[in-house]
Amino acid sequence: MSMVHVSARVNGDAVEFLCDSRETLLDVLRDRLALTGAKEGCGTGDCGACSVIFNGRLVASCLVLGAEAEGAEIETVEGMADGEKLHPLQQKIIEHAALQCGICTPGILIAARALLAKNPDPNEKEIRYWLAGNLCRCTGYDKIIRAIQDAAAEMREEA
Amino acid sequence: MAKVKVHLWSALRAHAGGAEAVEVEARNIGQMLDALRARYPGLAPALDAGVSVSIDGRIIAASLTEPVAPGQEIYLMQRLKGG
Amino acid sequence: MALDEGKDVKGGHDAREYDHEGEFRHVGTRPDRPDGVDKVTGRARFGADAYAPGMLHAAILRSPHAHARILKIDTSRAEALEGVKAVVTRADFASGLEGEDWNILENIMAGEKALYDGHAIAAVAATSKFIARDALELIEVEYEILPHVTDVDEAMQPGAPVIREGAAEPGVPEGMHPNVVRYHESGHGDVEAGFAEADLVIERHFTTEATHQGYIEPHACLAQMGPDGRGELWCTTQGHWNVQKLCAKLLGVEASAIRVTASEIGGGFGGKTTVFIEPVAMALARKTGRPVKLVMSREEVFRASGPTSSASMDVRIGMKKDGTMTAAEGTFRLQGGAFPYAPMEFTAMCAFACYDLKHVRQRGFDVMTNRPKQAAYRAPGSPMAAFAVESVVDELCQKLGLDPIEVRLKNAAREGTRASYGPTYPRIGLVETLEAARAHPHYCAPLGPNQGRGVSCGFWFNFGGETSVTLALSMDGTAQIAVGTPDIGGSRASMALMAAEELGIPYEDVRVTIADTASLGYNEISHGSRVTYASGLAVIKAARDAKRKLIARAADKWGIDPEAVEWRDGAAHPAGENAGDFEPLSIKEICAEMGATGGPIAGHYEATPEGAGVSFATHIVDAELDPETGKTTILRYTVVQDAGKAVHPSYVEGQFQGGAAQGIGWALNEEYIYGEDGRLQNPGFLDYRIPVASDLPMIDTVIVEVPNPGHPYGVRGVGETSICPPLAAVANAVSNAAGLRLRQLPMRPARILEALEAKADGEG
Ligand code: FES
Ligand code: FES
Repeated sequence: MSMVHVSARVNGDAVEFLCDSRETLLDVLRDRLALTGAKEGCGTGDCGACSVIFNGRLVASCLVLGAEAEGAEIETVEGMADGEKLHPLQQKIIEHAALQCGICTPGILIAARALLAKNPDPNEKEIRYWLAGNLCRCTGYDKIIRAIQDAAAEMREEA
Repeated sequence: MAKVKVHLWSALRAHAGGAEAVEVEARNIGQMLDALRARYPGLAPALDAGVSVSIDGRIIAASLTEPVAPGQEIYLMQRLKGG
Repeated sequence: MALDEGKDVKGGHDAREYDHEGEFRHVGTRPDRPDGVDKVTGRARFGADAYAPGMLHAAILRSPHAHARILKIDTSRAEALEGVKAVVTRADFASGLEGEDWNILENIMAGEKALYDGHAIAAVAATSKFIARDALELIEVEYEILPHVTDVDEAMQPGAPVIREGAAEPGVPEGMHPNVVRYHESGHGDVEAGFAEADLVIERHFTTEATHQGYIEPHACLAQMGPDGRGELWCTTQGHWNVQKLCAKLLGVEASAIRVTASEIGGGFGGKTTVFIEPVAMALARKTGRPVKLVMSREEVFRASGPTSSASMDVRIGMKKDGTMTAAEGTFRLQGGAFPYAPMEFTAMCAFACYDLKHVRQRGFDVMTNRPKQAAYRAPGSPMAAFAVESVVDELCQKLGLDPIEVRLKNAAREGTRASYGPTYPRIGLVETLEAARAHPHYCAPLGPNQGRGVSCGFWFNFGGETSVTLALSMDGTAQIAVGTPDIGGSRASMALMAAEELGIPYEDVRVTIADTASLGYNEISHGSRVTYASGLAVIKAARDAKRKLIARAADKWGIDPEAVEWRDGAAHPAGENAGDFEPLSIKEICAEMGATGGPIAGHYEATPEGAGVSFATHIVDAELDPETGKTTILRYTVVQDAGKAVHPSYVEGQFQGGAAQGIGWALNEEYIYGEDGRLQNPGFLDYRIPVASDLPMIDTVIVEVPNPGHPYGVRGVGETSICPPLAAVANAVSNAAGLRLRQLPMRPARILEALEAKADGEG
């Protein structure tokens, strides 16, 4: 079994790892880099729990191979807060009780941040369609939508 | 000891001579179930599989020490479990 | 607030636990949950987030056949693969188990037969995930394929393949197929006489498909077991004491030999109330002497954890022209996989529980098929019953030209009603939910073309169960609570609110931890909506126990009787002028010197609270039907439910919304599809489609509060009832939108189109 050597940047830090050619980026983040914030809900690209930003694009990290990460810039939920200060989306998700079990939360946060980067003022429908790849089985999405809208409003004010 | 009247769910009735309710002497649920087993051995498997008891509309899922008294409305129910 | 005078909770439980007076200070507010930051930063550790030095990875070989005799398993080639450390089969587990323990063992590792597609046959531990998976392909299994059956009605037919001879319990009517293993019958009155009084009697047949709880986190665990026979287990579960008990039995060791720690749990909804992979990981750990991590794939979750039962049901209801229900009768057949205990008695008992009926009878059949062992799913058994019953009630209302809420109000169960399942109801809140639904603006909002409105009620029992809680006070007067019920949906916040309420201290001064099995007495699983009720009651009682001790310290210090001291605003005060003139002693002051005044202060509660109290809900939904595609869109949804007392209203609303969303999925899309070959056709989220954000509207909620007499603050369980009404509510909305009634779930577009065509043909 041949191992691949990869160098990349995760949340701004340079990382290097060896991985099996079959390993996904999600496996690498979790098993090799100890970044377990991204979750595996399906491994087939259907649930969004593994969402990360890969070279500026929102991807399901279970569908990316670890070996493909050579030279990539990767952002995960662990990099969202600025030191002690939570990202407004993180803050609003807590305030709105927009999580119950919280397993979908990292993926939703990453996806929502990608949405707000493109569209700082999304309406309900836009949020719902953007998040259609992020399954949440607990909340019925209602409070998640509200939290994202509230965070977006706050971010617009700050900007 | 005082007699209490216990209502049975219908699958149990065949083991108690067809009666919808039977009277046994008991001061608490544990004694009541023991008395039922002693009087109607055919009930034992169902009782051992687990029962809940409704006393005056309050459902006792597990407790054997819950007191019972004459005049109370007592129903046996299959053991309750949730999700 | 009145202090609980050290009443012996073990003997008689007081039905009247409710003792709250005055305003709540913390309960009913919406603070941030204590674990919020962990959950939004990725720091929270779920089942698959644990690693150990020297850890092996495990994988499970599963049967591709629905029903087959296992003639031979040859593991030698797998064992010879470099990196493979152990292979286990059924021979590595305890023998001589009986009853449900045997069923559970048989389900997690097949014995003589593979009983369903996905049934575990063997498991491997190896130095990497890939080696473990490769090794599975080297295990040779010789099967003798047997005829199979996956449908509940077919499994009852003469000539259907027998899943297990002699599994039927006493009480099953004579002449039934051996796959019918249990029978339930209950009710009262004379239903035929009741039907004779009716102006209209409707009898209909309904079916629902098996659905999966669909928690996003697959089952996962990390097991260790040393040569001394002592082990540690980390796993995602709704009840780690139950996991401990079952692992011990299945491995043939004592319970105390295994310490189980519950990880954060990524959803359960009943599906994590039992074991699937945990004993397998323990057996591999025992055999290798190394930590073993085992994580299910999503496909395995679908094929081999516990979905709910599918159901075949007949319901007959009689009604007078004025809407009075005169009699009701139902037959409910549930398959629960290749094992007994499909929750058919709950289906039967819940079916007519919303109504005050003089004549009612319900029967249930528990049927075995070649499917995975069903597990509990949110109000197990009740949603399908509500689907059938509430659909018939709706049809009666349509035919008699009556308002569906008025009719339900007219027949609603209330305090003093004899429940359809026997006993007489104490204080319940169904009428209040119906009145609130009638008054809600949603109920009279205008509808457009192809749109319809549906209403439905739902009922669920709630449970208490074994509960242990410790509340330890720190030197600085803050409180640390250890509870044994995993926090699935924000319960830590509710626990902290209740402790803050009792002790009169800030919410932030309470820290709630989920303790492991070595640190507390037994705790029943987080199921039956019991957490906020039972652990909450336990927290209140433990806080009161601590408060008694705090009062005693103040009394000692002042040299007066404890009876002359009262607790208020987080401090001991002399009770009235006669008690003496002392400055209040705050919790901080008492705790600062506790070492010198008698030692550490902690409150405890260990008991089985039994006053959970049943709960009811009424839902309203608007749906639009696209006549071209048959697609149903949910336009608006309102949940009205009795919570007794909402401790943290945001999380109560969340439970209402989550249950409604799951129910909508059950109604419209979700189903286990088995092929002719008995294999599950859709074991993934692509083909087993749970509602996504763009499928749903905002879900409005109304919290009704009719205090539960069995809880000090009046709390009722809220987690489950919300999934009961949606199936029927959506079906009723579809019926009102398109004039066609679907009695088979799910109402997928193809089915609706077919019904539309049939209707057009009928009219044409
Ligand atoms: S784990 Fe990647 S999408 Fe589900
Ligand atoms: S909060 Fe549990 S899946 Fe979203």
